[in-house]
Amino acid sequence: MSGHVIQIEHLSFSYADGRQALHDVSLAVQSGEKLAIVGPNGAGKSTLFLHLNGTLRAGTQNGDRVRVAGLPVGAKTLRTVRAKVGLVFQDPDDQLFSPTVFEDVAFGPLHMGAPEEEVRERVARALAAVGMSGHEEHMPHHLSLGERKRIAIATVLAMDPEILVLDEPSAGLDPRARRNLIALLRELPQTMLVASHDMRLVWDLCSRTVILDGGRLVSDGPTAGLLQDEALMERHGLEIPYAHLPPNGLHAGKQIGQDESAGLQEVQRT
Amino acid sequence: MRHSFLDRYRQGTSPIHQLDPRLKLLATLAFVLVVTTMPPGSWIAFALLAALAIAMLLVAQVPLVEGLKHSAIALPFAGMVAISLPFTQAGEVLWSWQPFGFAQGGPFGFAQGALSSLTLTITDVGLVLFATVVIKAWLSVMVSGLMVATTPFPDLLQAMRSLHVPAVLTATISFMYRYLFVLVDEAMRLQTARAARSVGTGRTVWWRARVLGGMIGSLFIRSYERSERIYAAMLARGFAGEVRTLTRLTWQAGDTRAGLVWVAVLAAIAVLGRMAFLLPAGAF
Repeated sequence: MSGHVIQIEHLSFSYADGRQALHDVSLAVQSGEKLAIVGPNGAGKSTLFLHLNGTLRAGTQNGDRVRVAGLPVGAKTLRTVRAKVGLVFQDPDDQLFSPTVFEDVAFGPLHMGAPEEEVRERVARALAAVGMSGHEEHMPHHLSLGERKRIAIATVLAMDPEILVLDEPSAGLDPRARRNLIALLRELPQTMLVASHDMRLVWDLCSRTVILDGGRLVSDGPTAGLLQDEALMERHGLEIPYAHLPPNGLHAGKQIGQDESAGLQEVQRT
Repeated sequence: MRHSFLDRYRQGTSPIHQLDPRLKLLATLAFVLVVTTMPPGSWIAFALLAALAIAMLLVAQVPLVEGLKHSAIALPFAGMVAISLPFTQAGEVLWSWQPFGFAQGGPFGFAQGALSSLTLTITDVGLVLFATVVIKAWLSVMVSGLMVATTPFPDLLQAMRSLHVPAVLTATISFMYRYLFVLVDEAMRLQTARAARSVGTGRTVWWRARVLGGMIGSLFIRSYERSERIYAAMLARGFAGEVRTLTRLTWQAGDTRAGLVWVAVLAAIAVLGRMAFLLPAGAF
């Protein structure tokens, strides 16, 4: 087991149209680690994520390429694996498909077969964790994007996952909503995999970063080292947040205004 | 809210707002049933049912003009369906017209003869049927509108579920409700984009039609792709083909009482309306 909650060994995957999205990817993630996955659009980030909860599965002839919490991801373990891996999609409108917030957050626990009392308790806990208690009866289209993102995270937290997988969590958020989201994610104890173009978010949230480009894992190391290697970042269509990074802490106080504008430019350019 | 026009629910604290959604759904169905099964020309019953519907609107504090206006939406549809009735029923002729009568004996022979013999006649029976259909549609839509205006849509869905409406149906309605707003937002963005790139009004109808067609196609593709992402999100949260929900509805003693009163009133109107036909002609 060696304390790895996620173990991917030599994973390759092609879509039905022949496009090879992943090419011999190997990755191990420690329990409690917060890992960023960066890379240009189409690098295979989303494809990799969909493997983590078995939505996509490499052919059986490949054997158990993906293990989550010690379990091989396959037809037999699908239910357990999906309870352990919480996938937060980029567009909360895809994730929030119920008419009310309550029904949406309750969807996961209900379909895992939890009894009514427990479902209600989990919904209350998940909403409290993202600071959205009291919005149970609201309809998603009456909430702001930032609020919908929080609810989307709550829908997954309600399933008590060990691992949170987030696709572009800060896309489209205004600076305040983005800052609040980063603070929220930092507080959550789960192991986290975050795909993002938002290098400020990566810097503030993740201690380790991997670069995915063209379906290959090209780099893996501490965020501080990778994000300051200008040549490496350039080579893979990325950019460093700005020349002089502040200490790896949540908003080092005086520079907040400047930080945010840098982060926003990042989002717009990519 | 750019799409608030879609949501007819009005927040309120009226007694009708507080009724159980299941009761409101059943009561509405009962009302529609009584209205639609009244024989043609039951004017007394229609008047009583209209008074009942309007009274409910007032109790629910839905502005009367708005309630009547919204329910008038049904009129063109009902009118379209019923438009042939006055002309096709046998009965006493009230009015007739030969639109091509002037062409009799012209130089074009048979075709002209057939045309000139075309006669439009309106009969009393036909007219009564026409009025009945339109009134029935209007009343039915009025109470349905009242239900929608006093019940949040998610509660209505819950009511349908707990009344054992098939899950496929309620799930479909639920998705429709949720994504109608997303779709309208997308459509409005497309429209803004079109407006931004086409200054002035000199464009032809053909051009507009083409652009609209493109927009509809683009919306369809987007929706299709979104549906796949939604399905992935459902699978990720343990969905295995069966939709499960919790009910929040609580049926109270007051609901039972209100339901009984409603049934009694409707039954009384249905009986009264039919008894009116037994009165000697000319009694009213």
